[in-house]
Amino acid sequence: MKTINRITAGAFVAYAATTGAAMAQTDVSMWYHGAGNEVESNILNGIIDDFNASQGDWSVTVESFPQQSYNDSVVAAALAGNLPCILDVDGPIMPNWAWSGYMQPLDIDESLVEDFLPGTLGMWDDELYSVGLWDAAVALYTRESTLEDLGLRRPTLEEPWTGEEFMAALEAAKASGDYDYALDLGMNDQGEWYPYAFLPFLWSHGGSLVDRDSYTTAEGALNGDAALAFGEWWASLFEEGYAPGTSEDPADQQTGFIDGSFAFQWNGNWRAVATMAEVDDVVFLPAPDFGAGNYIGGGSWQFGISASCEHPEGANAFIEFAIQDEYLAAFSDGIGLIPSTPSAAQMTENYAEGGPLASFFDLSADQARLRPVTPGYVVQSKVFTSALADIANGADPADTLDAAVDEIDSDIEANQGYGHE
Amino acid sequence: MAAISPDNRGLRLAVRYLVLVLVALIFVLPLLFMVMSSFKPDQQLLADTSSIRAFLPVGDVSLGNYAEAFQRAPVRLFVFNSVLVTGVTVVLSLAICSLAAFSFVFLQWRGRGLVLSIILATLIVPFETIAIPLLLIVSKLPWIGLDGVEWTWLNTYRVQIIPWIADGLTVFLFVQYFKDLPGELVEASRVEGASWFQIYWRVILPLSGPVVATAAILKFLVMYNQYLWPLIVVQQEQYRPVMVGLQYFFQLNVAWGEVMAYLTMITVPVLAFYLVLQRAFIASIASTGVKG
Repeated sequence: MKTINRITAGAFVAYAATTGAAMAQTDVSMWYHGAGNEVESNILNGIIDDFNASQGDWSVTVESFPQQSYNDSVVAAALAGNLPCILDVDGPIMPNWAWSGYMQPLDIDESLVEDFLPGTLGMWDDELYSVGLWDAAVALYTRESTLEDLGLRRPTLEEPWTGEEFMAALEAAKASGDYDYALDLGMNDQGEWYPYAFLPFLWSHGGSLVDRDSYTTAEGALNGDAALAFGEWWASLFEEGYAPGTSEDPADQQTGFIDGSFAFQWNGNWRAVATMAEVDDVVFLPAPDFGAGNYIGGGSWQFGISASCEHPEGANAFIEFAIQDEYLAAFSDGIGLIPSTPSAAQMTENYAEGGPLASFFDLSADQARLRPVTPGYVVQSKVFTSALADIANGADPADTLDAAVDEIDSDIEANQGYGHE
Repeated sequence: MAAISPDNRGLRLAVRYLVLVLVALIFVLPLLFMVMSSFKPDQQLLADTSSIRAFLPVGDVSLGNYAEAFQRAPVRLFVFNSVLVTGVTVVLSLAICSLAAFSFVFLQWRGRGLVLSIILATLIVPFETIAIPLLLIVSKLPWIGLDGVEWTWLNTYRVQIIPWIADGLTVFLFVQYFKDLPGELVEASRVEGASWFQIYWRVILPLSGPVVATAAILKFLVMYNQYLWPLIVVQQEQYRPVMVGLQYFFQLNVAWGEVMAYLTMITVPVLAFYLVLQRAFIASIASTGVKG
C-alpha cells in the first residue's frame, strides 16, 4: 500500500510539475513564410519544440504562410492591428517595416551574432532589427568542359573575370554555335529576382539604385555615366542575342542549363544541389568585375519582433535560441542555403571546407552587398525591375533610366524622404 | 476555289463545325495540358511543353504528383473551405439579391429608382479600392456567437462570406429578368389575396430558373476564385481557401507537376457546378442577352 501511495504521489508531483510548467508558459505567436515547404517547416517546428521544452516561461506557436503572399499578409495584418510577436522578414524589406512602425529593435546579446555574415544582419537606424539563420548567394554557373572547350580562364574570387573577359566568354559561346544562348539570366521571373540578381551588375559598373549616402535621390546614381554604361551593356545582352529576353520560357530557366542550351547561367545557390545532381562538372564562378568591383546581392529571410508584441522578452529569448550553430546547420542541410556563421558552415554537408558549395560561403562573405537599406526600397525595387524589363524589350536605356529616376525621386518626396535627412 | 452556295448545306455545316471545333480546342487544350501534366514528373513535363506530347498521357505517367500535392498542402481542407464559403455565399446571395430585385420591380415605394441606381453604381467600383477600408471595419467588428461576444471578424468563415452576399451585379441580373416577367401574374396573385412573400416564393421564383442559374454560376466563380480578400483577412491555415493554397506550391524551385495536380483537383468542383447548371445558364444568356 505504501508503495502504491508513493507511486501515486510521485505521479501526481510529476503531473503537477509538467502541467504547471505548461500552464505557466506564456504564448508567443510567430509567423513564418515557409508554408508548403515541408523540410523547412519540419526544421522550424523542431527548433520551436526544443525551445518550448528548454524553459518554462514561453511557448512559441507558429503560423506558416506561403512565401509569395507573405508580405501582403503582414502589411494587411499591421493595418488591422493583428501582427504576431515574432515576424519573419525578408532582409531588404525590413527597413520599410521598421520605418512603418511594424517592428521594434532586437534586444539580444550581440556577441551571439558577431560572427554572422553581414547579409544576415538587418540594421536600421543603427539598430539591429532582424537576424537571419542563412543567406543566399548568386554565382555564374558553367561547366568545366565549357571553359576548356571555349579556351577560357577559370576566374577566382581573387581574380574574377573583367567585364571584357566576361563579354569575350559570351561571344565565344555564341560563336561556337553549340548553345541556344550564351547566358541565361532568368528573365521570366520579374519579381525580387531582378533587383537581387541584377543590381550587382549596376554596382559593378559604378552605378546605384539610389544615392547610398543620403538615400534621398536616385539622380546621378541611376542615370549617371556609370548607370548609363550599365544600361547600354544590359541592352546589348539582348540586342546581340547573348541572352533570352523577358518572354523566356520558365521551363528553359529550370532545365536549359542542365540540357546544355545555355553555356552560362546566372543563378542562386538554391538551384546548386539540383544542378550538381544533373551536371557532373558544374562550376560556380564569381561575378565579373566591370570596373567598380564585383558584387552579389546579400540579405535573405530573417527573424524580427513586431512593434505590438506584448512579450518581447519571450520573442528575444526565442531568437537567441534559434541562432545556435546547430540550427543554422540544420537549415543549411535541409534547404541548401548558406549558414550564417563559419562555425555552422563547418557542420554542414555542403559548406564545410572542401564541400561542394563551399565557394558560395566565400562568395557571400567576400562579394555580398546589401540592397539599398531604405524604406523606399519596396518601391525602388519595382521601378528597377520595370526599367530593366523595358530595356531588355528594346526601350532606350537613357530615357528609361531617367524615367526610373523621376519615379523613385517622386516616391521619396511623397514619403518625406522616408526618414532620411 | 469552290464557292459556298446557299444550297451546299453539307459543306457549310462542315465549315461551321470545323470553326467550332477549332474554337473549342482553344478552350479545351489548356485544360487538357493541365490534366496530362499532372501525371508527369517535372523533367518530362517541361520537356514535353514544346511538342504535342504535352497533351497526351505518354511517358512516365503516375499519380505521384497528387500524392506529393497532398503532402505539401492540406488540399482537402482548402477545397472544403472554398466549397463551404462559396456554397453559403451563393445561397444567401441568391436569396437576398432576388428579394431586393423583387422589391425594386414589383413594390411601389418612394426612392426605389434612386436606391437601385446607387446599387448599380457600385458595379464600377473595383474591390481593390475598398479592400483596406473594409479590412479596417471587419477587424474591429463585434460578433455575437455561441462563444459569446468576439471583437473581430478576422480568421473566420463569416468574414469571407458576409461582405460578399449582396452585390450590384446579382441584383441587376434579377431586376432585368423580373422586368420581363408578365406583370399580370403579380396582379392576379394580389387579387387572389396572396401576400408579397407568397408571390415572390410561389409565383416569381419558380419562373426564375435561368436567372438563378446564371447568378449562381457567376457568383460561384467570383467566390471560388477569391484571393485578395482571404489573403488579408485570414491568417490561419484552417480557414484558407484554394486560391491562397495555390501559393504553397510556388517555392524557389517550383514543382510544376504538383501545381498541375493541385489545379486539376481544385478545378473539379467548378466544372461539376457548371455542368449541373449549364442548360439553365445557356437558356438565361439566350433570353436576357447577358454575357457571362
